[in-house]
Amino acid sequence: MSRASRGDAERPARLSVRKTYKLFIGGAFPRSESGRAYAVSSTKGDFLANASRASRKDARDAVAAARKAFPGWSGATPYNRGQILYRVAEMLEGRRAQFAAELDGVPSKKAGELVDAAVDRLVWYAGWSDKIGAVRGAANPVAGPYFNLSSPEPTGVVAVIAPDEPLLGLVSVIAPAIVTGNTCVVVASERAPLPSITLAEVLATSDLPGGVVNILTGFTGELAPWLASHMDVNAIDLTGVTDPDLARRCEGDAAENLKRVLRPKPSDWSEEPDLTRMTAFLETKTVWHPIGV
Amino acid sequence: MFEYAPAPESRDVVDIKPSYDLFINGEWVESLGYERIKTVDPASEEILSEVAHATEADVDRAVQAARKAYDEVWGVLPGRERAKYLFRIARIIQERARELAVLETLDNGKPIRESRDVDIPLVAAHFFYYAGWADKLKYAGFGERPRPLGVAAQVIPWNFPLLMLAWKIAPALACGNTVVLKPAETTPLTALAFAEICRQADLPPGVVNIVTGAGDTGSALVRHPDVDKVAFTGSTEVGRLIARQVAGTGKRLTLELGGKAANIVFDDAAVDQAVEGIVNGIFFNQGHVCCAGSRLLVQESAATAVLDALKRRMATLRLGDPLDKNTDIGAINSAAQLAKIRELSDAGEAEGAERWAPACPLPERGYWFPPTVFTGVAQSHRIAREEIFGPVLSVLTFRTPAEAVEKANNTPYGLSAGIWTEKGSRILWMADRLRAGVVWANTFNRFDPASPFGGYKESGYGREGGVHGLEAYLDV
Amino acid sequence: MTTSLVDVASSDATLRGFLHGLPGVDRVGADQRAAALATRSIKTAAKAHAIDLAISMVDLTTLEGADTPGKVRAMCAKAVHPDPTDPSVPRVAAVCVYPDLVADAVRALSGSGVKVASVATAFPSGRSSLEVKVADTALAVAAGADEIDMVIDRGAFLAGDYRTVYEQVAAVKAACGAAHLKVILETGELATYDNVRRASWLAMLAGADFIKTSTGKVSPAATLPVTLIMLEAVRDFRERTGRVVGVKPAGGIRTTKDAIKNLVLVKETAGEDWLTPDRFRLGASSLLNDLLMQRQKLTSGRYAGPDYFTVD
Repeated sequence: MSRASRGDAERPARLSVRKTYKLFIGGAFPRSESGRAYAVSSTKGDFLANASRASRKDARDAVAAARKAFPGWSGATPYNRGQILYRVAEMLEGRRAQFAAELDGVPSKKAGELVDAAVDRLVWYAGWSDKIGAVRGAANPVAGPYFNLSSPEPTGVVAVIAPDEPLLGLVSVIAPAIVTGNTCVVVASERAPLPSITLAEVLATSDLPGGVVNILTGFTGELAPWLASHMDVNAIDLTGVTDPDLARRCEGDAAENLKRVLRPKPSDWSEEPDLTRMTAFLETKTVWHPIGV
Repeated sequence: MFEYAPAPESRDVVDIKPSYDLFINGEWVESLGYERIKTVDPASEEILSEVAHATEADVDRAVQAARKAYDEVWGVLPGRERAKYLFRIARIIQERARELAVLETLDNGKPIRESRDVDIPLVAAHFFYYAGWADKLKYAGFGERPRPLGVAAQVIPWNFPLLMLAWKIAPALACGNTVVLKPAETTPLTALAFAEICRQADLPPGVVNIVTGAGDTGSALVRHPDVDKVAFTGSTEVGRLIARQVAGTGKRLTLELGGKAANIVFDDAAVDQAVEGIVNGIFFNQGHVCCAGSRLLVQESAATAVLDALKRRMATLRLGDPLDKNTDIGAINSAAQLAKIRELSDAGEAEGAERWAPACPLPERGYWFPPTVFTGVAQSHRIAREEIFGPVLSVLTFRTPAEAVEKANNTPYGLSAGIWTEKGSRILWMADRLRAGVVWANTFNRFDPASPFGGYKESGYGREGGVHGLEAYLDV
Repeated sequence: MTTSLVDVASSDATLRGFLHGLPGVDRVGADQRAAALATRSIKTAAKAHAIDLAISMVDLTTLEGADTPGKVRAMCAKAVHPDPTDPSVPRVAAVCVYPDLVADAVRALSGSGVKVASVATAFPSGRSSLEVKVADTALAVAAGADEIDMVIDRGAFLAGDYRTVYEQVAAVKAACGAAHLKVILETGELATYDNVRRASWLAMLAGADFIKTSTGKVSPAATLPVTLIMLEAVRDFRERTGRVVGVKPAGGIRTTKDAIKNLVLVKETAGEDWLTPDRFRLGASSLLNDLLMQRQKLTSGRYAGPDYFTVD
């Protein structure tokens, strides 16, 4: 009789090591400063994990981290940003099985397809980094001796209320915001926040500078208004706000510093996107210079 | 002494009626309300005319007319036909350029030199430019069949009355929308003249509707439930209110708001042209310009030389009768605006900045403010932060390019900026870092219909002009 | 002159350093400023004043290979009495001729107050030795010229040999004695406004009493922006040194409107101090009759016809 077989009989089944789902702020994984968490359940009602329940102060810290990251990220070359987004896609591909398993309530074949779509979405946006300027910029033929060039520039810090489609939808709102040089603070799906933190692990290992993407889990109704009214946030994506009253309130609060607002709109995440998610968070800068000897 | 004799442009070319109604559905119709607004010549305080103060019910009639015109005529008209209407309008504006220039100067107070050489030519150019787009929209990069939005509610300011009308109406019509436009309370006359031009062009009734009035009229227009699009140019304060009103309605919104632009002069600048640029930046149109270069950031090593040259140049500015062809600085548009300029200037002095203005006799009647420069201004002073919207320049100094960028961007606004240096790489380095929608390098206050204009941050969103300007009026 | 400027010409390096340290000129901005000033509307009394001022600033010029003593005498008569029917018309500032005709001009203008200017220094190309240029100057001065209009060596200037240009101007200035020296930059060959500014300063540093745009033999000649830049130069030079240098646009100024635009430039750039024939001249020939016709229109209220003005 081998020792092994004897041991198998005597030892209890191995207890797995669970992951603590924390926030993702400035490239680090802190717990909510509030110490709060909320129980996340499966679609069948089983307990999955406790997610951090971010507070307004966590949102504030995330905005500060995003602001700090903005000069470096917006100043990076488009080629560099494209490379990093592609790297995120590579890392996601490598964890395909993990994400598929984490997509609660989705049959495994479908889950695999959603992860594939998320990877492809990242690749699609990665390629835009050094093309959007050519497509959305212009050499303007003005009636005078001037060189006149318009080029798109990132708006700044974008608050993103992510949709309930926990991976594909999440990737589909983050990638267009950051590929052009914005930094963002994302409020993950309240119902299904766990993949967002796993995605954060991917982001953290993809050469993405800390603070470019910050992810908060918690209650949308609690966090969104603070981000909508934050005077150092330049734009807000309300895609994930399903309550029309909350959407109206957030849009109204966003008026205080004239944030650019992307209004909620039903989206089919499986379809190939157009440019609007990128252009919503782009400014056009036009530079004039005389032409003379 | 070689003194210029008065050279007034003749008023005979304009025929101002004592009273104007509203322009709705191609007709002049009486307001349903009784209130009238008097519009005055700010240079003489003479009452030029009185116009209707449109009520909510008037606005409703105008929106209904625009909706009907959109559904039945304009929205289904082929682009090439829309184009021809716009070309017609452009031509009529050119034909009536002299008249429009004089009318603009009378109602607004701006020098005839500017209305004649800048405003009206740009108005015609804007209609020409967007006329050409009307049948080429599928090439603009917004898809194969970009659709118009519907009825556009447009509210414009008093600083460039007809030019702002052109910036609003030309792209809206080119894209297939119909409009209800409210001109500013103090400068309605050229918009009403434009209504006549629409009739001369045989523009179908209801495509353009002009409702005169005050803030409540504008508010009623913006709030109207059958409006698909709101476009506003004016103060950030009002822009904020409109953004709040529009929240949750799904109406599209573009805003062109205030500014506090930095005009940055390095010690290697072409100093004579820089001085012209500073002067043009802040004294053009009495400083009633949202993109005015109201903060001069001058490199400390060149500050004395630049300021001496600037003051010498300011002493040659000619303030007075706006209709005089040699006038450089006209009248402040209204008593209220004059009071605001005075209040902020007094605050500048109280905060310790040093005020200077050339010897400049002001006419007795009318609203006037001399070209003024404040030196020793700090970022913390109100005159370095708040939009004065008058001929008042705040001068600050900097030591390094990075400091210039930091100070230039240290404002909630982000409409425009100026850079003056003979070094090309520095221009591009600065232009990259300035958070402003328009960056003028070695020039200032240049406008062209082909060039997009609009701000970052609290200077608003959306662009007017160029291919970018189409996006504001297309369902994309 | 301040010490720093005395030292400027002491070596090639210091001269180059100084000239290239002058602020640049943005062409588009300068063109726009000149164009804006050209829109000034000068009417009625102001126009009458400007026309007489312009007449008094004219350097009536003939610089043809076919010039003769008879041609010069006729022009001198016109210079003294531009309109023989109207004694209130002022005389012109000077006549401008080739050196060999100076003596004829001096005789014809004796006692009139009209100055005699002569081009010199291998005009118009300036392509000769310094000895020849000095001799050319001496010839004109000896014949009684009050003013010498020299040309700079544009080749040397464009080759960056500023010191040569400086030395030639200084040598000619010395040869002028009591005669005033106008230095022709031939701005049409200098190509850039930066060069116009540098050449202006170079001429002033070397002793020019006037800086002059052009020979009239090269196009473009006196454009408004070039005159503007030269006016800025004399303004800045006075501020720096206290010395006043005059400006003379020459070539291409044919109408009263052109002349008045120039006066507006002077008034609003260098200032009223320069609005005198001692400090501002208009080098021209056909301009004078247009000034006279416009003058008559103002006094008579009728448009004038060319048959009523002399062709000399």
